[in-house]
Amino acid sequence: MAEQKFVVGNFYDEAVLFPAVKKVRKAGYKIHDVFTPFPIHGLDKAMGLRDTSLHTAGFIYGITGTTTAVTFITWALTTDWPLNFGGKPFFSLPAWIPITFELTVLFAAVGMVLTFCYLCQLAPFVKKDHFNPRSTDDTFVMAFECTEKTNEAEAIAFLQSLGAQDVKVEVRETRWWLGRYDKDTRPFGEQKELEAV
Amino acid sequence: MAIREHFEIPKRFNTWSFALMGLGLISIVLLYITHGSSKDPHESARFWASLLQNSVYFLLVVNAAMFFICATTLAWGGWQMSFRRVSEAVSAAVPVMGVIGVVILLAIVFSDNHTIYHWADTEHVQHDEILNHKKGFLNKGFFTAWTLLTVVLWSVLGWKMRNLSRQSDGKQMSVEEGKKYMWKNTVWSALYLVVFALTVMSTIPWLWLMSIDAHWYSTMYSWYTFASTFVAGVALITLFVVYLKNNGYLEYTNEEHLHDLGKFMFAFSIFWTYLWFSQYMLIWYANIPEETKYFEPRVQGPYKGIFFLNIIINFIAPLLILMKRDSKRNYTTITFMAVLIIFGHWLDFFQMVHPAVSTDHVPMMLYDLGIALGFVGLIMFLTAKALTKAPLVPKNHPFFKESVIHHT
Repeated sequence: MAEQKFVVGNFYDEAVLFPAVKKVRKAGYKIHDVFTPFPIHGLDKAMGLRDTSLHTAGFIYGITGTTTAVTFITWALTTDWPLNFGGKPFFSLPAWIPITFELTVLFAAVGMVLTFCYLCQLAPFVKKDHFNPRSTDDTFVMAFECTEKTNEAEAIAFLQSLGAQDVKVEVRETRWWLGRYDKDTRPFGEQKELEAV
Repeated sequence: MAIREHFEIPKRFNTWSFALMGLGLISIVLLYITHGSSKDPHESARFWASLLQNSVYFLLVVNAAMFFICATTLAWGGWQMSFRRVSEAVSAAVPVMGVIGVVILLAIVFSDNHTIYHWADTEHVQHDEILNHKKGFLNKGFFTAWTLLTVVLWSVLGWKMRNLSRQSDGKQMSVEEGKKYMWKNTVWSALYLVVFALTVMSTIPWLWLMSIDAHWYSTMYSWYTFASTFVAGVALITLFVVYLKNNGYLEYTNEEHLHDLGKFMFAFSIFWTYLWFSQYMLIWYANIPEETKYFEPRVQGPYKGIFFLNIIINFIAPLLILMKRDSKRNYTTITFMAVLIIFGHWLDFFQMVHPAVSTDHVPMMLYDLGIALGFVGLIMFLTAKALTKAPLVPKNHPFFKESVIHHT
């Protein structure tokens, strides 16, 4: 368990969020993440995120698929069990292209989905904090990390001055963990039975 | 932002375009002396085949620029607005290239030499059962009428689209005016696309190119030709965009737009390969003599090298080089790939036309390259002239802002 303190603020408007991201970075705070209900163009650049290497992984998976298909079909149809199809040579590449293509796509697609889940730490039963449930609904939630030297009151005042609402300091698990949210973090409170009319 | 709206042709640009046109003319004259004036029908057909290949290829390529505009207009795309005038200027070459193409095509059809279009030999057709069946489509009358009508329609509808684009230059439009303007654009581009589907995507490649091998046919052929010329057309637009950027024009166009042009080049290279392979594999698989006859000189005969070079240039190179995001945003790689793609598809057309005429040997390609460069010079000249006539940026177009903030 690696718990850490975060300063968390809620933004209601993109036009406020973008300058705030810039100023927070300029002030030297390390942004943990900005949680938004939908992708915002240009936010990755403003936050200074590096390009994902998911495509490189995808290319490698694709190449693996191509090689697997070509080597396996070659081995099966020329060495292991050569068959004569309509007088064509045993090694007849054009007929194998569709399979090779499909295996390339299959390997790339499945591999990239799994890699994506791994990079985003998504798996059944795995939990991850996203600080404020409204980030899945209508607001943009920014969290930046506190170190031992951070003056919390100052950081809160700073974030408020940038236009954030409900700013608070929270202690959260930074990595993913297995288990359940406890009652305090249950986002929408206790589910109540509807009273019979 | 202060922008440079009016393009002035640099002296060096004009020198180059005239030099290239001169080179093209010299090549044509030389080829005429060595081959065209020969008594041997095969020798003189080699001259006409070169003219046919180059004029048809470059005509279809500049026409693809108008297809690009109409397709994006019909899809209500906004990202292309910042460089839209460039593709309009490229398509402004269609009337002149069309006249050249029509003259060459009709000269071949109505000559006594039937080596290229042997369906034009009426006496021979009577004894040829296959051609006799195709007589309703492959005859001089229909060929002439349809070719003329096609070139006129491309020119007129293209002119109309350019004119519509020019209409937005006056003053800022209100929302209502903008809606009306978009509706007019939609209707005319839809009309153009219907004509395009009936010509480039079907009949025109059958008539102009596939009928060189009149006994043979392939239902993939027109799509394949379309993909070939469209990817080359996008490459041509990219080259002009890069040239204008390097000379300090098109301030609103940045590597986001270049990235999307690169994606078009990448995607349509793959699409071309898909069609190329679909055509090849079915014929290879079925192995029927009357169908494999087309591929015999190309795959096993003297054109073997060109055939495989064709796949390397037009499929493997774009696939591997343009796959990376950075290479689509880099001016050097994108320029290199655009030139390579235009050359690659020219080579593709070379192996479509020439094997039927010179079956036993590959003709010396230097002449053809010279003629191709001549056509390139002509396109450079016509495009630059069209660029000077209108502001470089349609800044009052309703969708213009979409292009300025475009982000991939």
